[in-house]
Amino acid sequence: MKDDTLIRLLAVRKIYGRGPTAFEALKGIDLTIDGGEFVAIMGHSGSGKSTTMNILGCLDVPSGGSYRFLGVPVEQLSRDQRALLRRHYLGFVFQGFNLLARTTALENVELPLIYRGEPAAARRTAARAALDQVGLLGWEHHTPAELSGGQQQRVAIARAIVTRPAVLLADEPTGNLDSTTSREIMELIRTLNGDQGLTVLMVTHEAEMAAYARRVVNFVDGRVESDRRKEIV
Amino acid sequence: MLWNTLLLALRAIRRNLLRSFLTVLGIVIGVSAVITMVTLGNGATRSVSDQIASMGSNLLMVRPGQRFGPGSGGAPSFRIADVEAIRDQISLVAQVAPIANRMATVVYQANNWSTDVQGTTNDYFAAGNWNLVAGRSFTAAEERAGRTVCVIGQTVRENLFGGQNPVGSQIRIRQFSCEVIGLLHPKGQTAFGTDQDDVVVMPLRAVQRRLTGSQDIGRITVSVRDNESMDAARNQIELLLRERRNIAPGQDDDFRVMDTRQLAETLTSTTRTLTLLLGAVAAVSLMVGGIGIMNIMLVSVTERTREIGTRLAIGALERDVLLQFLIEAVVLASLGGLVGIALATAASWFLAGMMGVPYLFDPFINLVSFVFSAAIGVIFGFFPARRAAGLNPIDALRHE
Ligand SMILES: Nc1ncnc2c1ncn2[C@@H]1O[C@H](COP(=O)(O)OP(=O)(O)O)[C@@H](O)[C@H]1O
Ligand SMILES: [Mg+2]
Repeated sequence: MKDDTLIRLLAVRKIYGRGPTAFEALKGIDLTIDGGEFVAIMGHSGSGKSTTMNILGCLDVPSGGSYRFLGVPVEQLSRDQRALLRRHYLGFVFQGFNLLARTTALENVELPLIYRGEPAAARRTAARAALDQVGLLGWEHHTPAELSGGQQQRVAIARAIVTRPAVLLADEPTGNLDSTTSREIMELIRTLNGDQGLTVLMVTHEAEMAAYARRVVNFVDGRVESDRRKEIV
Repeated sequence: MLWNTLLLALRAIRRNLLRSFLTVLGIVIGVSAVITMVTLGNGATRSVSDQIASMGSNLLMVRPGQRFGPGSGGAPSFRIADVEAIRDQISLVAQVAPIANRMATVVYQANNWSTDVQGTTNDYFAAGNWNLVAGRSFTAAEERAGRTVCVIGQTVRENLFGGQNPVGSQIRIRQFSCEVIGLLHPKGQTAFGTDQDDVVVMPLRAVQRRLTGSQDIGRITVSVRDNESMDAARNQIELLLRERRNIAPGQDDDFRVMDTRQLAETLTSTTRTLTLLLGAVAAVSLMVGGIGIMNIMLVSVTERTREIGTRLAIGALERDVLLQFLIEAVVLASLGGLVGIALATAASWFLAGMMGVPYLFDPFINLVSFVFSAAIGVIFGFFPARRAAGLNPIDALRHE
């Protein structure tokens, strides 16, 4: 059976620690995400949002259940194969931006392309184009210390989309930003989803940010409590 | 990919200039200390063996008494007959020079200088590898009559005559005056630190008659013929002197025959030990440099671990990260090693000049400290990174 669903989680469990201190952070998650969706994962602190996101992003492995990415069982992949999956299909945006310090915006955005072995000229062009998309043309040679929080998160988004990934994974992308800047970042993410058809998976605990998504999955205590799609107007 | 990784490594070095600089500095200090110390030690060893070679390496020194150093400890001095016996009866010897000496003040015009006045024969010059820069040595008539003529060393010349040519001048030694007939070629200090050029050489008879007032001969310098055994010559001299001095079998010698080659070996092995010691001290500084590097690397390990997490998240393979950090460590360590070698070369060249020892480039120690510094850089720079790159990406990202 050919399975071309983008992401399929089946009874995914995650247990941290061992023995008496073991803690079950995910107690069986079922979740299916198709290409082009914009999904917000909501829930209280400690409900397992980040844990799910890390598993989806192949940054961590589940303790049980199965995760299929484009039909491929991820738990059967080697470490390097998971890295290659990240390299070619995933783009990450973190709450804390995670840009390389003392490194210009352009070089930060170029970084994933270097690992992909792109030639220098193509790298420059693509990185500039990505910075243009997030509205940072003219800021190429600024380092993170010379940029505002919102601008740093834009650089991080440019770095995530420069490789034209299948999915953008964002864990609390506005968590460190004020509300005006947060809205600007959300507009940008919505545009990327709407105009480019980029699949977006975003964790947030703020309803205002979740409102930008077209589908909201609610987590309670390591379980999916609700999964609502908005009517497309 | 290698090219791209090299680019990443160079960017990482540029981004962390202070850390890179401190790493390089640690290696530079260690490497240059080791090389400088060992190079200077080698130079000192060479200069000692050169000095001994300038004394002549085929010399036997015969002294009364058993003690090492001046004074005979009550043992009788030698007589001219002993000297003649050695010369006539032992075929292995080339020259035999008797020496009777006394410290005395020598005066020329307003200048005076206290020096060692040695009475001897022309054999003295040949045996001791002395050449004359000006003038001549003694004539047979001068030796026989004990005429007051002298050949002086460079130090005496400088103190009495300055830059002037001393040959033909009269100097005063105590109550008598003495004509300078020759000037010795300078030799510098002995291995013991005494100035070989601080000497006035006169015919034996003149010194005996006018300074020591006796027939005594304080010591005898014997040179052994080329390609003849020093040990054999020494044994024969010992046998001969025992007989002449009526020493019964089983009784200890009351004189001593020293071999310059033996002396040379003792002294060079001493300086070699010193070099080793200096090298060890310097190796400690290389270790301290290494520990400094380790500190810098450990302090930055949190930042680096998070950075490695980010790199893994955006698609780096573990080996991409490892290669990058390896290149970074090797580049910094080699840079430190090269700068260290350059600095050491300059420093040891300069210090060797100041200390008056030859500068000897030692490729072995340069290579060893370079390799060692590279190893330190790689171990301390690379291994923390290796740990981080082996983590689950999320653990690296969350590292505190
Ligand atoms: N590395 C870890 N080790 C142990 N427990 C963890 C770890 N990461 C998360 N947890 C626990 O798992 C639960 C879910 O965490 P997380 O997915 O980060 O929640 P959130 O929904 O706030 O993002 C929390 O109770 C947290 O304490
Ligand atoms: Mg979280």
